[in-house]
Amino acid sequence: MASNGKSSERQRIAQQRLRIIAGHLRKQEELDHRDIAAQECKAESNSNAATPNSMPRKRQEIMKWNGWGYSDSRFLFNKKGQAEFTGKRYRLSGLILPSLKDWFEGTFGANLQHKSPATPAINASAVHPPNLSESFVEELKATGIPFSHDTEDRVFRAHGHCLHEIFALREGRFGRCPDMVVWPNCHNDVVKIVELACKHNVCLMPYGGGTSVSSALECPPEEKRSIVSLDTSQMNRILWIDEKNLTAHVEAGIIGQDLERLLNESGYCTGHEPDSMEFSSLGGWVATRASGMKKNIYGNIEDLVVHIKMVTPRGVIEKSCQGPRMSTGPDVHHFILGSEGTLGVVTEVTMKIRPVPEYQKYGSVVFPNFQAGVACLREVAKQRCAPASIRLMDNEQFQFGHALKPQESSIFTSFVEGLKKFYITKFKGFDPHQLCVATLLFEGDREKVLQHEKQVYDIAAKFGGLAAGEDNGQRGYMLTFVIAYLRDLGMEYYVIGESFETSVPWDRVLDLCRNVKERIIRECKDKGVQFAPLSTCRVTQTYDAGACVYFYFAFNYRGLSDPLSVYLQVEHAAREEILANGGSLSHHHGVGKLRKEWMRETISDVGVGMLKSVKEYVDPDNIFGNRNLL
Amino acid sequence: METLCTEKTPEPGAFLDILEERRRTSDISHALRTFSPQPYKGHPPITASALNQAVLDSQHLHSIVEEIATESGEPVEVIREKASGILNEMSHNLQLSSIRLLGYTLSKVFKRAFHTVLVNEDGLNQLRQAIQEHPVILLPNHRSYMDFLVLSYIMFTYDLSMPVIAAGIALMDMMFFAPLLRRSGAFFIRRAIRADKLYWAVLSEYVRTIVRTGYAPVEFYIEGYRSRTLKSLNPKLGMIHMVLEPFFNGEVDDISLVPISISYDRVIEESLLAHELLGFPKPKESTMPISVRELAKGRINFSQHNQVPREMPQNPSEETQEFVSVMGHGVVRLQERGMVISPWSLMATILLQSPEGLGLDTLTQRTTWLRDIVLDWDIVLDWPAQVSDEEVISSNISRHRSMVCCEGGRVLLIEEQGPDGEESITPETAVFRRASIMLMCVSYRNQALHIFVRPALVALAIATTSSTKKEDVFTHFKFLQELFSNEFVFVPGMATEDFKEGCSLLVKCGVLQASDQELVVIEHGTDTASFLRAILQPFLETYQVVFRHMTEDGVVVFAEKQYIPAVRSYCLKLILAGELQTYEALSSDMQKNVLYTLVRMTAVTKTKVGDQNEFRVDKAAIQRIADILGSIGSHVV
Repeated sequence: MASNGKSSERQRIAQQRLRIIAGHLRKQEELDHRDIAAQECKAESNSNAATPNSMPRKRQEIMKWNGWGYSDSRFLFNKKGQAEFTGKRYRLSGLILPSLKDWFEGTFGANLQHKSPATPAINASAVHPPNLSESFVEELKATGIPFSHDTEDRVFRAHGHCLHEIFALREGRFGRCPDMVVWPNCHNDVVKIVELACKHNVCLMPYGGGTSVSSALECPPEEKRSIVSLDTSQMNRILWIDEKNLTAHVEAGIIGQDLERLLNESGYCTGHEPDSMEFSSLGGWVATRASGMKKNIYGNIEDLVVHIKMVTPRGVIEKSCQGPRMSTGPDVHHFILGSEGTLGVVTEVTMKIRPVPEYQKYGSVVFPNFQAGVACLREVAKQRCAPASIRLMDNEQFQFGHALKPQESSIFTSFVEGLKKFYITKFKGFDPHQLCVATLLFEGDREKVLQHEKQVYDIAAKFGGLAAGEDNGQRGYMLTFVIAYLRDLGMEYYVIGESFETSVPWDRVLDLCRNVKERIIRECKDKGVQFAPLSTCRVTQTYDAGACVYFYFAFNYRGLSDPLSVYLQVEHAAREEILANGGSLSHHHGVGKLRKEWMRETISDVGVGMLKSVKEYVDPDNIFGNRNLL
Repeated sequence: METLCTEKTPEPGAFLDILEERRRTSDISHALRTFSPQPYKGHPPITASALNQAVLDSQHLHSIVEEIATESGEPVEVIREKASGILNEMSHNLQLSSIRLLGYTLSKVFKRAFHTVLVNEDGLNQLRQAIQEHPVILLPNHRSYMDFLVLSYIMFTYDLSMPVIAAGIALMDMMFFAPLLRRSGAFFIRRAIRADKLYWAVLSEYVRTIVRTGYAPVEFYIEGYRSRTLKSLNPKLGMIHMVLEPFFNGEVDDISLVPISISYDRVIEESLLAHELLGFPKPKESTMPISVRELAKGRINFSQHNQVPREMPQNPSEETQEFVSVMGHGVVRLQERGMVISPWSLMATILLQSPEGLGLDTLTQRTTWLRDIVLDWDIVLDWPAQVSDEEVISSNISRHRSMVCCEGGRVLLIEEQGPDGEESITPETAVFRRASIMLMCVSYRNQALHIFVRPALVALAIATTSSTKKEDVFTHFKFLQELFSNEFVFVPGMATEDFKEGCSLLVKCGVLQASDQELVVIEHGTDTASFLRAILQPFLETYQVVFRHMTEDGVVVFAEKQYIPAVRSYCLKLILAGELQTYEALSSDMQKNVLYTLVRMTAVTKTKVGDQNEFRVDKAAIQRIADILGSIGSHVV
């Protein structure tokens, strides 16, 4: 994207293709209007047969069943003890990371000799046989909607990516699993499934990308009815693009990377890039109030949606028009946004789109310490000149980032790196154990980006910040996509960890960061963790009135009899600490079942009552019975 | 608050004399040695002037200044200038060179004044750790002016960060000393500042900034001022609230409170009275650092602090006030627990019950009897090991010859001699002379009073309750505790625990039989029980007398300065008439306590007229309290 000429060339081609696709769609729409009753999803899918579906029904064919992401991509320590990342999908793929081993052993007191391997395959006998509702299955068959009660399919949809969920899978332990999986192909399929579920009193749990980190996908163990996982992955088409109004109408099962790729082909983007965008789905974003990395330009999901269609046991809810804003009582979209699958299934969404930006540039700034970094971010927010993304890593994370540097390609680059380091630590007097780095991403037309860049670097300089190059910036963002893979590596060697987030007013950012990190270290010590944990944070989003802070913590659990319970207690304590320091229960991960216990204090008794009464009206029989949120 | 009360007192063996090395090596090289304390790791160090600037620049002070400017109509600049003036008057100017000078001087002074200065090294090592981890608050008790510098001296000797010390403004008037004290880390606080909004704001911001930045350990006297009676005082909560605020606001992860008990075998001030400058062992010890975070667990709901901006001045919630109060009282209790009791305190307690004197043998026998009881209660006693009991007693008598003498095998309180050639003294003068010796003796008893208060109150409650049912006794106990809570330190809301503690101590010393429902006094425990009750008698008598005075006196409204002389002359009259036995009724300290007890129990109302306090008496209410007390008083001995 960096090169200007190429991208406009590509845009031209994309425009052309868009016209063709749009033509197809229009034809289809006319057809729909003529014969609504006979509408068939299958026919619709023909219209964009060209669309490659990157998420097959049998996800386990390309993805790990007990870890993060693609089966072909993982970290490992090779025979020489060097870390490498396998596969071909990422920039790091196929590269050797020479400093990772030392960092890993030094940070966690881990040892490559001490392995804690996972159970290699699903032992089908350890999974409860499905509890099927005969009558439901019977009628479902008649609709022709594909479904399965294969063990692997069920296990795959019985969890999100919380540490405790993955840890259990690696140990070959399975809790309550969905009894079957259905793959609706379009909105009308969903309507049929929900009708049948109501008729036969079956519990439905919508499943999008499966990237939840709030225990939202855990089947309630007390649920006696048959549980049906409603996998939206096959509802993945862009139904239309409206260039006049810059909107796209999209099926909610589409995953982030497909949505962006398809829109890019037409010269557009949504700009919504949550860290999980490789796998998470549009419907999931809506259901959890997701936030994207570049929200400073594009906004969070609630700013991006124009129209939502959701199927509930009471029927379909949607607004009558695509007006950009309405004053029609409380916005009903906000009952849907963040409903976490408790009210229905989001099937189609109209989203704002933007032309793909002409120019993109990464950047980074080194600060003498975290305080200076936060002060700078606050000033940037105050002046409302935040770039598409601005993130501040603390010192631990800065060092972590360095551990992920691939082998230097030449003596020259390592010489330059050494020189830079010398300049920053010796000449500028930065303490290598204090300094921290902000990563930046600018987007827009070239001239404005350069102007904007200068403005931000000028502010940074006022807080003692030094520009530290594009490479550092880009590496910072890459880290986001591989960190989940790294957790799997840690788990091979007795190291477990998790990330969590919060949002907090500016005046409390520093205190909250310090206190939560301290609390994690203290709790680990109290609970008998032998080696001090990794406890680190970064400020990932700025707002006018505050910031979003992301924490990572991980520790070596060798010698602990019940590592999972220690981990859960530490995480619980960390959340209490966040709340005590004026942080929110969640900025974008949602509540699920993991954080339910704090809902009442978070939104007050009346607030809980309001949500409850909505649930009672919309879903009196608790068909959407995942028991999240309340 | 359980942690505050179950704290184990450390073994007495762990004390080390820090003067010993001073007597062997050079004081100059001690004062000039490399001083490299491990600082607090949570915040980069800042200079004293940067600290002051941070205070003046704070949002909190800005908003208060603006508020005052709006209220008073004065320009903001003027108010800011005032604030800056207050800060200049207040702030310390800690400098290493002064610390060195202080170190040198104090080495000389202490060696001359004290025989030994004993410290608990374990405690100091824990303190060293605590200073690096979290902001530290040092909370010594205050029995002597010496306290003021003794802690700094010890911290200097042990390479610990020098504390900044809250000092009363009165000290600033000492022309020569003030700058020296300032450079040794003292900062000065005016008295009666509640009403002065600007002063309060500057002070609280100053203290908070020091704590927040971990600038230095903060030392202050939680009892507010030096206890003239040597009895522990109820805590003053304003300062403790200030130092805890950064924690309530989440500006620091935790705060370590370090209660420190300084016990004197003989108090310098008393010696000064006797025109003699000779000191004796002075064991000092600090208890474990207490984590405020641990104490606040489940007691403070932080969300209230999160609803308003951090810098916004806000009144503490009821919950916070309660927490601070419980914590303040708890700290004083811990100081009490940490105190080392001298044999003389036990002897004084016994002697005061026999004003006419005791045979030396009886005194020895009674003192060892009491010693065994107290040791059984796990009290740390400074009883010399290699010496016979008789020698301990006689050496204590001679050390305290300013109060007692031994004539013909009888130990008596001495009669103070008037100036030479004074022939006829009035009976009034005689009473006051005797009283001054008595009160000196009382101050030594007071240092051991906290050991006895709870079992004594239970013993008294048992004697005055017709039934032996635990709950009935508890009702009486609670009344007495409430009545005397200005006199003794009780942690609010912990009456049940206090009662339990009193009972269990009585069981230990063979007064009570342990039972779930009943409290039965054992036959041969009656002597111990009446001894314990007699400790409280001066208090009972004095309270009754003052109540009588107030109900009989025709005056309904009086000023504070009229009160003391009136009560004093009333008591004097009764003593001369032989109707009042205790000379403690002449102690203005106790007289004030009675007054403020009545205010607390709403039998007297206090109003501010000009800058004077005025009191209005509700005679009927006092009579009611007096009646209950009267029915109890008859059971004392």
